[in-house]
Amino acid sequence: MATQAPAQAPAPEPRTEAHAGGVKARPLFDPPIVKRAAVDSFLKLDPRTLWRNPVMFVVEIVSLIVTIRLVSDIVNGGPVAFDAAIAFWLWFTVVFANFAEAMAEGRGKAQAEALRKTRADLVARRLKNDGTEETVPASQLRAGDTVVVSAGELIPGDGEIEEGIASVDESAITGESAPVIRESGGDRSAVTAGTKVLSDWIKVRVTADPGQSFLDRMITLVEGAERQKTPNEIALLILLTKFTIIFLIVIVALQPFAIYAGDRLSDSVLVALFVCLIPTTIGGLLSAIGIAGMDRLVQRNVLAMSGRAVEAAGDVSALLLDKTGTITLGNRHAVAFIPAPGVGEQDLAEVAQIASLADETPEGRSIVVLAKERFGIRERELLETRAAFVPFTAQTRMSGIDMDGTQIRKGAVDAVAAWCGREMPAELEAQVERIARSGATPLAVARDRQPLGVIELKDVIKQGLVERFAQLRKMGIKTVMITGDNVLTAAAIAQESGVDDFLAEATPETKMALIKKEQAGGILVAMTGDGTNDAPALAQADVGVAMNTGTTAAKEAGNMVDLDSDPTKLMDIVEIGKQLLITRGALTTFSIANDVAKYFAIIPAMFAAYYGGALNTLNIMHLRTPESAILSAVIFNALVIIALIPLALRGVRYRPVGAEGLLRRNLLIYGLGGIIVPFIGIKLIDLLLALVHFP
Amino acid sequence: MTEIVVYTILLIVLTPPLGAYMYRVYTRERIGRAEGLLYRMLAVDPKAEQSWRRYASSCLWFSVISMVLIYLLMRFQQHLPLNPNHLSAVNPYVSFNTAASFTTNTNWQAYGGETTMSYLTQMLALTFQNFVSAAVGMAVLIALIRGLIRSKRDELGNFWVDLVRSTIYILLPMAILVAIVLMTQGVIQTLGANSVVHGIQGFKQTLARGPVASQIAIKQLGTNGGGFFNVNSAHPFEGGTPLGNFVEDFAILWIAAGLTYTFGRMVGSLRQGWTIFAVMWVLMVAGLVLTVPGERHATPAMQAAGIPASTANMEGKEVRYGPDASSLWAVTTTDASNGSVNSMHDSYQSLGMVGPMFNMAIGEVVFGGVGSGLYGMIFFVIIAVFIGGLMVGRTPEYLGKKIGSRAVKYSAIAVLVPFVVVLLFTAIAVVMSSTVAAAPNAPGPHGFSEIFYAFISMGNNNGSAFAGLTASGPYYAITGGIAMLVSRFVPLLCALALGGTLGRDGTVPFTPGTLRTDTPLFGTLLGFVIVIIGALTFLPGLALGPIVEHLMHGGLS
Repeated sequence: MATQAPAQAPAPEPRTEAHAGGVKARPLFDPPIVKRAAVDSFLKLDPRTLWRNPVMFVVEIVSLIVTIRLVSDIVNGGPVAFDAAIAFWLWFTVVFANFAEAMAEGRGKAQAEALRKTRADLVARRLKNDGTEETVPASQLRAGDTVVVSAGELIPGDGEIEEGIASVDESAITGESAPVIRESGGDRSAVTAGTKVLSDWIKVRVTADPGQSFLDRMITLVEGAERQKTPNEIALLILLTKFTIIFLIVIVALQPFAIYAGDRLSDSVLVALFVCLIPTTIGGLLSAIGIAGMDRLVQRNVLAMSGRAVEAAGDVSALLLDKTGTITLGNRHAVAFIPAPGVGEQDLAEVAQIASLADETPEGRSIVVLAKERFGIRERELLETRAAFVPFTAQTRMSGIDMDGTQIRKGAVDAVAAWCGREMPAELEAQVERIARSGATPLAVARDRQPLGVIELKDVIKQGLVERFAQLRKMGIKTVMITGDNVLTAAAIAQESGVDDFLAEATPETKMALIKKEQAGGILVAMTGDGTNDAPALAQADVGVAMNTGTTAAKEAGNMVDLDSDPTKLMDIVEIGKQLLITRGALTTFSIANDVAKYFAIIPAMFAAYYGGALNTLNIMHLRTPESAILSAVIFNALVIIALIPLALRGVRYRPVGAEGLLRRNLLIYGLGGIIVPFIGIKLIDLLLALVHFP
Repeated sequence: MTEIVVYTILLIVLTPPLGAYMYRVYTRERIGRAEGLLYRMLAVDPKAEQSWRRYASSCLWFSVISMVLIYLLMRFQQHLPLNPNHLSAVNPYVSFNTAASFTTNTNWQAYGGETTMSYLTQMLALTFQNFVSAAVGMAVLIALIRGLIRSKRDELGNFWVDLVRSTIYILLPMAILVAIVLMTQGVIQTLGANSVVHGIQGFKQTLARGPVASQIAIKQLGTNGGGFFNVNSAHPFEGGTPLGNFVEDFAILWIAAGLTYTFGRMVGSLRQGWTIFAVMWVLMVAGLVLTVPGERHATPAMQAAGIPASTANMEGKEVRYGPDASSLWAVTTTDASNGSVNSMHDSYQSLGMVGPMFNMAIGEVVFGGVGSGLYGMIFFVIIAVFIGGLMVGRTPEYLGKKIGSRAVKYSAIAVLVPFVVVLLFTAIAVVMSSTVAAAPNAPGPHGFSEIFYAFISMGNNNGSAFAGLTASGPYYAITGGIAMLVSRFVPLLCALALGGTLGRDGTVPFTPGTLRTDTPLFGTLLGFVIVIIGALTFLPGLALGPIVEHLMHGGLS
């Protein structure tokens, strides 16, 4: 993990937007997906798969009972219009729930298909022991094989580069069209099957057996084939099942109650009340919510290895954020020239600019730009001068230029002082100390072994982080900045960026210790990482997001992979996790609150003929007839599932307003709303039924 | 009206001192001399804590043995001393029903006390159980609270210690105090036989007597409700003066209310306790609003007979208490699992019984039985926390404990099982001719209410009755006994299992992202969860009982 980008190393360009390419952002109701989901929703009536959803399974059983009754009534020639309508809408209640699930799965399936096509076409040039090549289908590759890939070819299997360097187009996996450099050794040696070598060639040692590659895993994940129920989902299902049992008993007891009061109730009426009471809304949408939560991550180019990880993201109370790339831009910018006594600021700027002309690092470019902005000093044509560039090395820790017998150097303060062969002037030393204390980096400039001054290089903190961290704090999430910087620098940046805490001079060991300490206190920890030495911490963290640019070890240790390799996304991941839980809770509340209105529709209708119609007083919606009242409630119950599919797929909007605010808001919308909305809905359906001349 | 206002306010004022005292009782390290003696007699090591399974098994064994002893005492009372009125053995159905009833803190009485039970039975079987069955409820509550506050521990405390302390430090001293007060207010206490008196017109009347005050004090304090006399606290020797009546009524809810404060102290946040108290208090006041005004007016039947509407409904009420003190009692006795009465619920306005039936049906969590009311409430709290916690986007937490599938399962089962028992037994009873015949007002909604009320009462360990129903037949006695046992011990075991699972879990720190459970907002959510779950389950039954009866007699006027 690059805890601190060394001055000369190319830093990854942070991306502010999550793009989608291989993983496309689709509209919510994509016509082909809708078409397929419509078909699937009937196939899913198969009880062998439906039983996994106890609530809808029960609805299917009672629908079947009503249908059998209906058939026998038809045979016996009784009046069937009402029973037929009830049976029809009961079946559609199940179909609508299946449709919700199929819609949620459909988006993933479409993506999986595209990925499968990529995989099917892969061919490998395998190196035999004698050094010759043979061409085999990628499916025959085993871990340990070595393959050669040249420009224009697709990499046939996941592996590590043994030899060579190449630019690789990874858009098939990440959707990001800009090529990336992959080379042997270090943290950028991993390559992924299905990506394309654009230039040069590489020799790759395959690390995954067929079916185990990242591409395979990605297909499984986006398809949701191995989706397991998460702990919260299980707990919720238990609660919903218990509710279903309660209402089953209510209905079973109601028939004797009715007999006592005068007469038997018809089965279809009892079933209608039963289906209206049990939590079909949340029961029908529950699995769609879970799948859609995973899918929302995929839309942002994050692959979660399990739903459990997504749920854990909602529970995270500490975010370990790497300074570089997450809190600061990957590089430092020059912000001031501080001349030594007796030197003009403009002179210093001019010399600094010359020294940086050949320096292509962002830091070097920023010095040139600052000199231009402050003093209008133009870049000189380097060709005009007979200049010799002195490159940066780890030994000298300086870079510079020799021209016309003049030597210019810039670099670490102590290195430059050593080059000059003397101490820096006291005034300058004081400035150097001030800069260091403020969290910035001083860079000394000298000409002909004469110190001219220092350049202040500052970490550039990303926009909007202070607000973002404040929001996180409101939601009870602590942010901890991880940096290799010394304590002084770290403290200054921590203060400026608004993080709650920081870990300075971080090593993989101290990072691991920090995670364990937080976890011991009952806190769930999320972090990002990309290096092999991050792997243990990634595995230990409750949510470990590995960067796709990272090593295979890192990717295997974490429980999520960010295809964009954007560490900032950790915060989005947390929000998606919360959104998933909120959506479940909100729709559960809505589902149960709905029952109040359904009682007011069905109870008076059910007992319209009992005790001289005394219970008609409870028909506060003034529904026209008992039949219409019961059917309206059943239709509302079915349609509300369809109406809520967009909400289930998109998720309830998350607002960082703190727990109390969120609860108040959601209780008002889904609790109070859940009580009121069905009164209006059932009344409207009752009026519409009059239009179609339903009695 | 004054007594109602005084009652509700006094309940707030007197909750902290009693709660603080009980907190000291349950948390003190030192073993007192009297309790130490008891532990030695029971061969219990008071320092040895028990896992939830051990705790539960101690609790069950204690209850089974108690139940067998009560049964035997009743079956053989004619051979035993202290039977000055020469009462014969109690029949097996009633004996089973009564044994179940008193072991489960229900005190449903399928018999008339003064004509069925010897003094020995009353004192040894019934009064003794009034103490210990209440103490069992309190012990289980304390064990559950320990589970909530402990982290990564298997033990929930020692059942015998909690049982003994509840009895000798809380129930016994309070009962003695209340008994003495009641004796000054006309409640009798004697071991003498019934006395025969001659009225001024010369006819002979037998006045039933007995050790009443001692039993009545604990019947109220321990939310038992089983009276000495058949008419319970409506009897002048049992209810006493209006002041005596008030003291008895207050004793119903005092300990249960105090326990919310004890809970707050134990979990380290008084606000948590007060939030639960507030929800209970509001539900209690709602019940009063539903019931009290109606009783100040004549019933439709009285009005049809020409009595002006402004006349209070005094049928089945004691003149010395009047409509307000009677309906206050009707509400409080059903808020708690008490079930004692000072008026006959059968004669209330139809709508006036919706509140009491609802109070019982939701499991008596409006203060509720001592111990059992609060642990019953905690089940609802868990369900509310689960739904509310999801809505703030975190795995739900209560007092630092993650609410996972186990906690949800135990809480849902505890709430669900009494519902099932009540509905199914009622369903069978209303279609069998023999059981319907036991309800004097059947067929018709009022007869339905009588049967429904009986099972709601037994199936929630209340014990009060619509006086009309003859409940001593085999069906009511046996199913009622089963209902009482199931609805007592299933939630009780769920409470211990919940405590066990929470105690083993670690504790999570509170963050601003955590759902707060000590705010008015959470209290509102909790109240709604209770009312909605209760209403959804019982609305059909209530609609076919008191509600339709009310509507038939003139609608919502």
